[in-house]
Amino acid sequence: MLDTRDFELLAAIQLGLPISPRPYHDIGLALGMAETEVIARLTVLKRIGLIKRLGVIVKHRQLGYRANAMIVWNIPDAFVKEIGSRISQASFVTLCYQRPRTPEWPYNLYCMIHGKNRDTVLKQLEQLGTDCNLDRFDRQILFSRRCFKQRGAVYRTPEPAAPAELAHG
Amino acid sequence: MLTDLHKQLLNDFQRDFPLVERPYLEIANRLGVSEDEVLSALAELRDNRLISRVGPVIPPNQIGASMLVAMAVPEPELQRIADIVSRFPEVNHNYEREHRFNLWFVAVASTTDHLARVLDSIERETGYLTQRLPLVNDFFIDLGFRLDLSHA
Repeated sequence: MLDTRDFELLAAIQLGLPISPRPYHDIGLALGMAETEVIARLTVLKRIGLIKRLGVIVKHRQLGYRANAMIVWNIPDAFVKEIGSRISQASFVTLCYQRPRTPEWPYNLYCMIHGKNRDTVLKQLEQLGTDCNLDRFDRQILFSRRCFKQRGAVYRTPEPAAPAELAHG
Repeated sequence: MLTDLHKQLLNDFQRDFPLVERPYLEIANRLGVSEDEVLSALAELRDNRLISRVGPVIPPNQIGASMLVAMAVPEPELQRIADIVSRFPEVNHNYEREHRFNLWFVAVASTTDHLARVLDSIERETGYLTQRLPLVNDFFIDLGFRLDLSHA
């Protein structure tokens, strides 16, 4: 089972691993944890899915992927899992979540597409619609415009108040 | 300009970063370059803000609680309201989107109670209602993002 040391470790690496020859050693120094223990704990955290992936986290916008669309559908609850799983397999999709509907916002499936420009994203969305038979469902496309704030989530672990960083909500 | 090494690091190491004592050396060996070259290239990518970090992606709601929130704000008011929202330390991504619901942000906190209090405060301070859209299911298996860097 996980213990508080795992959460301390997650908190310590969320802003990024040191770019130094022995990053796990350096992380361990700050936590009073041996390098081998850091590696062993991270291996477990990855296996159980608390770390979804470990690697280079790119900044899409800076790399020329300036069009970002969030697409939402209203899918009958009975189909949402199956359709969500299919959508998430498209190579250009970067997130796919189910969320509850509200009286003012009757959509329950969300996906994100990052593309170099608006036309590419719309074409990819059209292809997705055909491949996953989505055209029968009510849908909205919301391209992003201004970015007011973006940074990793600063998390406070339940007990020791160590700041950490998290991905998307 | 990106070098071939930059491009390889951007595209081929978004996942399965080596969990060994000298991970950058292992990457260097795979690419046939030196450890120093890998370290410098990654530092350059980070310093030029082309990568945010070498590190983990953690699924939402595993540590604490997170919430996607939407607000419909009249255009002339948007910057002011967005600034109020951004001032909350619990808010991370905060974007304008093209829709009547034009302000979208993610808030995170260690407990759902704290999160609810933050969103109540945001409603009070801005005078606009929030649509609270917590995660129910995450269908996405994150394998990284295939970048087309042919013109980069």
